[in-house]
Amino acid sequence: MLAYDFMRTAFLASGIVAVLSGLVGYFLVLRNQTFAGHALSHVGFTGATGAILIGVPSLWGLVGFTLLAGLAMGALGEKLSARDVAIGMTLSLALGFGLLFLHFYTAFATQATALLFGNVLGVDRAALASLAVLGVASIVALACISRPLLFASLQPELAEARGVPLRLLSTAFLGIVAVAVSESAQIVGVLLVFTLMVGPGAAARNLSSRFGAGVALSAALAVAEAWGGLVLAWFTDWPVSFWITALSAAVYGLSLAAAPVAAARASARRLGAARTPGPGAASVPPDPHRRFQADAAALDAKLD
Amino acid sequence: MSLVVFDRVTLDLAGRTILSQASFAIAPGEFVGLLGPNGAGKTTLMRAILGLVRPREGRILVSGAPAAPGRGGIGYMPQLRAQPDPRSTGWDLVSGAVDGHRWGLPRRTARAREEVAWALDMVDATAIARRPLGELSGGERQRLLLSQALIGRPKLLLLDEPLISLDPAHQRGTVDLASRLRDELGIAVLFSAHELNPLLTAIDRVLYVGAGRAVLGAVDDVITGPVLSKLYGAPIEVVRAGRRIFVVAADVQPPSTACDGPHQEPARARL
Repeated sequence: MLAYDFMRTAFLASGIVAVLSGLVGYFLVLRNQTFAGHALSHVGFTGATGAILIGVPSLWGLVGFTLLAGLAMGALGEKLSARDVAIGMTLSLALGFGLLFLHFYTAFATQATALLFGNVLGVDRAALASLAVLGVASIVALACISRPLLFASLQPELAEARGVPLRLLSTAFLGIVAVAVSESAQIVGVLLVFTLMVGPGAAARNLSSRFGAGVALSAALAVAEAWGGLVLAWFTDWPVSFWITALSAAVYGLSLAAAPVAAARASARRLGAARTPGPGAASVPPDPHRRFQADAAALDAKLD
Repeated sequence: MSLVVFDRVTLDLAGRTILSQASFAIAPGEFVGLLGPNGAGKTTLMRAILGLVRPREGRILVSGAPAAPGRGGIGYMPQLRAQPDPRSTGWDLVSGAVDGHRWGLPRRTARAREEVAWALDMVDATAIARRPLGELSGGERQRLLLSQALIGRPKLLLLDEPLISLDPAHQRGTVDLASRLRDELGIAVLFSAHELNPLLTAIDRVLYVGAGRAVLGAVDDVITGPVLSKLYGAPIEVVRAGRRIFVVAADVQPPSTACDGPHQEPARARL
């Protein structure tokens, strides 16, 4: 399988993209901005079709349009979740324009399918180099902003008080998301960007509540899903994108099933810790909420 | 030298004047209760001390320098509007604040770990810090947020309505904890609340805001009919019962309307 040049290129390309999407996706999930990532990919479709129409490589159209849209979203403000309708309208409009560009460029069916559902086996050397440069630049940029980004994601008000420029940070992050979306679209297509961007990040958050382990796991899962998809596609001759979505969904499903196990392990650790209370632990009054919570849980169990 | 100085400060919020030519000063190590009617601008006043809201007129000095974001020396516990991500642990929440304003990768150096361990220990939250926030009770989450505010070893703690949605026992626990932090760390605390009584045992002075004015003074000097009538812009009567204080509208009978007054009184009397 690795004897073929296009397969080696595909493994390299999907590996680079998966690492970037896994890392960015973790923060996307942490910040509840997954919908913004989805919207950016639709805007990217317009950029890509427009680029092809005027004879420019589609990757540049993708990157240019998503980057512009990402920066604009960031400049609009922190509370993106409150703008669902605005984002939804924008992405519908973007897809509409994409359709219009397709209409003008008539001999386009394969290109359109590749854009919508990805074509990792069609990545050439030049595209691979672009993906590598953009990927490395994005990861470096993400590393630079990751500390204030984590702080601002968990507690924006305190972060702002400590002098974190929230607006600038949010804009920079969405710029990085835009590049990651463009890269993912090369592998799985604009419609399936969620599968590489959000799937691994969400699964990692179910499996580990610790930040460092979660980020690493998210990237590792993304790479495993992308490469697993390539291998399965090689043996079945089914589309790579299908296998990646299937693996991503399976991993997410398993992480949901494993989440109670992880919680139980954490609570076992907690019981171990509770047996050796600190010197000041007695000064806080016992928690009457606990009993109510236990009662409520018992009631829930009965109702079930 | 005073820790926080308001010098003829006029503050606006969305076109409304919150403070007009207000002057007062908070001393280092002082525990001040911040009270006032709903919408009087307690949160805005705190944000102004942090430098997040600029005064239209006058000066706000913190440790002798004009208030500005990121100046350090101030710990802030905002009112819980957005819940922090329920899957994150308390440890991540608190450690995120260590040098959180600097660019770069999140650092887990020995010094950072020590700082987090210290901040968690100060609020007795070490045992709950490894659990996801979603599994904790409101009181436990609040201790972690308080711990986060201690990162950076501030000289001033701003606590915005920490008693909201807590039952009386937890309210007492929170006030006692803030009081203990003040004593052990020698830091000043500005504690905003809806009700005066839960704070009575802990505070040195009370800062009462209302109708564009701010009055800072001892409880006995500020919580009086004439002063509060001015701040509420309506006749107010202050009724004392043992160690508790009821603030009620003056044109009605106190016992039947205590619940309608500006302050409700669920906390039990101490002593």
